[in-house]
Amino acid sequence: MSRQLNNKLWRDLGGMKVQVLAIALVMAAGIATFVMSFGVVQSLEETRRNYYDDYRFGEVFVGVKRAPETLASQIEAIPGVTRVMTRVVLGATLSIDGLEEPATGLLVSIPEGEQPALNAIHLRSGRLVEPYRENEVIIADSFADANGLTEGDTIRAIISGRERVLEVVGIGLSPEFIYSMAPGAVMPDNARFGAMWMGRKALEAAHDLDGAFNDVVIEVAMGANVEEIIRQVDQLTRPFGGLGAYSREDHVSDMFIRNELDQLKAMAFVIPIIFLAIAGFILHIVLSRLVQLEREQIGILKALGFTGQEIGLYYIKLATLIGAIGLVIGVTIGLWFGQWMAELYVEFFRFPSLTFTLSTSIFAIATLISMGGSVLAAGRTVRQVAALPAAEAMRAEPPLKFKPVLIERLGLTKLLSPAGLMIFRQLERRSRRSIGTSIGIAAAVGVFVGAAFSLDSLDFILDIQFNQSDREDIGLSLVETSDQQAFLDLAALPGVMQAEPYRSVPVKLTFRHRTKRLSILGLQPSGDLHRTLDIGLQPVSIPADGLVLSEKLARDMNVGPGDLMTLEAMEGRRPTRQLHVSGVVQQYLGLGAFMDLTALNRLMQEGPAVNGAWVTVDDTNLTHFYDHVRETPGIIGLSIRKAAMDSFKKLLAENIVQMTLANIGFATLIAFGVVYNSARISLSERARELASMRVLGFSHREISAILLGELSILIFLAIPIGYLFGYGLAASIVVSMDTELFRIPLVIDRETYGWGGLVVVVAGALSGLAVRRRLDRLDLVAVLKERE
Amino acid sequence: MTADAAFHLEDLSKVYQMGDVDVHALRGVNLDLYEGEFVVLLGPSGSGKSTLVNIIGGLDHPTRGHVTFRGEPLEASDESALTQYRRIHVGFVFQFYNLIPSLTALENVALVTEISRDPMSPEEALELVGLGDRMHHFPAQLSGGEQQRVAIARAVAKPPDVLLCDEPTGALDIKTGMVVLDALKRVNESLGALTVVITHNAGIAAMADRVIYFADGNISRIETNDHRADPSELTW
Repeated sequence: MSRQLNNKLWRDLGGMKVQVLAIALVMAAGIATFVMSFGVVQSLEETRRNYYDDYRFGEVFVGVKRAPETLASQIEAIPGVTRVMTRVVLGATLSIDGLEEPATGLLVSIPEGEQPALNAIHLRSGRLVEPYRENEVIIADSFADANGLTEGDTIRAIISGRERVLEVVGIGLSPEFIYSMAPGAVMPDNARFGAMWMGRKALEAAHDLDGAFNDVVIEVAMGANVEEIIRQVDQLTRPFGGLGAYSREDHVSDMFIRNELDQLKAMAFVIPIIFLAIAGFILHIVLSRLVQLEREQIGILKALGFTGQEIGLYYIKLATLIGAIGLVIGVTIGLWFGQWMAELYVEFFRFPSLTFTLSTSIFAIATLISMGGSVLAAGRTVRQVAALPAAEAMRAEPPLKFKPVLIERLGLTKLLSPAGLMIFRQLERRSRRSIGTSIGIAAAVGVFVGAAFSLDSLDFILDIQFNQSDREDIGLSLVETSDQQAFLDLAALPGVMQAEPYRSVPVKLTFRHRTKRLSILGLQPSGDLHRTLDIGLQPVSIPADGLVLSEKLARDMNVGPGDLMTLEAMEGRRPTRQLHVSGVVQQYLGLGAFMDLTALNRLMQEGPAVNGAWVTVDDTNLTHFYDHVRETPGIIGLSIRKAAMDSFKKLLAENIVQMTLANIGFATLIAFGVVYNSARISLSERARELASMRVLGFSHREISAILLGELSILIFLAIPIGYLFGYGLAASIVVSMDTELFRIPLVIDRETYGWGGLVVVVAGALSGLAVRRRLDRLDLVAVLKERE
Repeated sequence: MTADAAFHLEDLSKVYQMGDVDVHALRGVNLDLYEGEFVVLLGPSGSGKSTLVNIIGGLDHPTRGHVTFRGEPLEASDESALTQYRRIHVGFVFQFYNLIPSLTALENVALVTEISRDPMSPEEALELVGLGDRMHHFPAQLSGGEQQRVAIARAVAKPPDVLLCDEPTGALDIKTGMVVLDALKRVNESLGALTVVITHNAGIAAMADRVIYFADGNISRIETNDHRADPSELTW
């Protein structure tokens, strides 16, 4: 391209720098979210893979009641198994200084003085436990942080009914406890539940398991048939009270991270596409306008002998330069934000270190999208330029043809002043652009509503989960399944006002080719504390027969009421039964399956048995209540409703609020980009007529009203479209968030819609002010002396 | 000719800064313009005609000197006072018609009558310029001469005390030019508005009461016509 054309290019870019910046920023927002999301996803996947490899995270897991060490070599002999590690895993009730309620520790055995062969520990500080020091423990760092514990601190624990004073010698983390949750809990509660590692000998002695174990971690060869290994492990462990082997995929910690990453991946596409489409649209209208303004120059260039392609190339260069600015800003922000977010996640998941990676293909794709999008946006403009004959290009564009608008054809002309007619005729004359602008503004509203709605939904979940469904103050779980008397003892604890028993049984549910491992919860049919809610969220009692499934579980297994499922219990006499699905209930957290308590006990061929209770406790008696719980050896853990609620709220505050703020920023950016550019273009097209009106005696305010009136109508029309768009976006997010651990309902509060509208109105007002300033500086004489 | 001066200009100067150069557009002009008269300003490009018209029309401020309209000083007026002044007293006609393309002929005129104190009806204004039958056409449907006559109708509908025309026939052929000048003459006679016409075309001078010649930012001479020629008698 000619050097002079290049000079013109840079000067033109400089001359419209605010517009260029507005477009580049919208494009940058798209590129940034794209780079950021993929950066976070790739980095977390890489970090997780390294963590799992470096710390030898097992691939198959199984719990047993009690098995001799000889079983280990039998498991090792299964084809495909490369390593087997046996261990002892126990629950303990803990007293922590400064914590009113008792906490639950999950004690995991490790060989004294060395790292375990599998599921190794990353020691953040301190050391491993030493031989013959029976009270030494390493505690999970999440638990340590939540309770302010460090090496040298002591914890009083009741292990298998005996009180011990444990000494903290190290603080560590492990791939199996990236996400840890007490049995029966719906949310992690790091202060009241934590993993700890203790010497194998000490734990064996504490639980009477000398030379035996109750938990196995298995490593398999690459490409081994995991399903078959699980089947054989089940067979081998069955005589020893095997609870059913499961693969890494079903490990709760891995599942949680996987869900999180899947959600991120889904979002990595949706949002950038919206941004890039809008940026392309603005770029397109800005370029079209530029060609109109430069008709004469184009004509002169052609007359001088430049070809249509050469001049077209000029506009493509202009477009791709704007795209390149967007790309550079976007990639820079995306990398910076991505690294920052990955660090947040690393802290959240407590990975030992972060491996921040971003494959070059992501950069290549980002470049391709921004450059390709810019060329595409310039496409029609270039064809316009090429088609323009030199002579015609040098003639002024004829006055636009106008015709009566719809309102007039409807006979409502009398309602409008000439200024009003100007607004409506212009909107209709430029209908394609008006629609485009409205859609752009609507997208801003949509992005806002689609992002902010999650706060509404989570509030809704909070209410449903903790006010409508789980209404107990505290859930108490017993070390093992016990008889009715155990429940009566729990109900008789001081301060208990109301108590309901439950029983939880690990099972394998099968329907046709689908199998799911989970725990069935046996409930009192019309319990008042722990209620099940039907699809309409009304309390519903558990039928005397059959199985009640949560909606998500029913959907995943493709069953409905009346279908016959096979249930295989994984404990006790391990009965296998056929059961009808008798109901489907709504549940937003976890995958629940419920039965009538009596029916469940009958199925297990046992008398009235329980393994826990939900209670409400008189506030004034809480301390007394906790003291008794600590001293009751049968109680292994307790889940506190209020703590779970707080934990849920904290999780929201940490993750969602930041995301929402970012999206408000994005929505504002889009709104400003669209509104400002559209106002600037209107101004440039109409400078002459607005100046004429000034000469005729119209004031600044009166002519601003025409230009801004047009914008107001576009914004006004855009808001309801934006609401629909936001609803759709929210619905697609609901689908992408539909995981086994967590689902969100599509709940959008009226306030959220209100804020969405307000954001674009404010962005519109700011753009209006910026354009108004230009309008005030309009040079009346110069404009009118120009040729039309 | 009446004896009342509508505009009184005293030592009026205007200096534009064009980059690093000072351009003296007006150099101490002294002039009175009277109510109801028809004045033609003649002179080469850059001689100061347009600058003078812009200042008395309230579109520009002088750098030095005084200008009064009916005894009120214009040079000290702020933007909103000048807007009010234009709104009430002044009508403009430009070489390029500056019609609003999205409004019909009638609506273009109505735009002004709506903000005026005691306007004639838009139909009446269009009749005055001989466009009674084309009122519902959009600018794109009118010829150049017709568009210019709409512009005149729009300028006179308020009705103005002063009608300022900058090269009103500059973009038109002879025949349409005559029609437009005829419209200006009719307006001047029937409304009694002081009419100032800038032109390059010396032929038009014959239809004026007074012809003011400009050269290099000042008045070089003033001629008075005893007999105002009809546009149809003009030669150019």
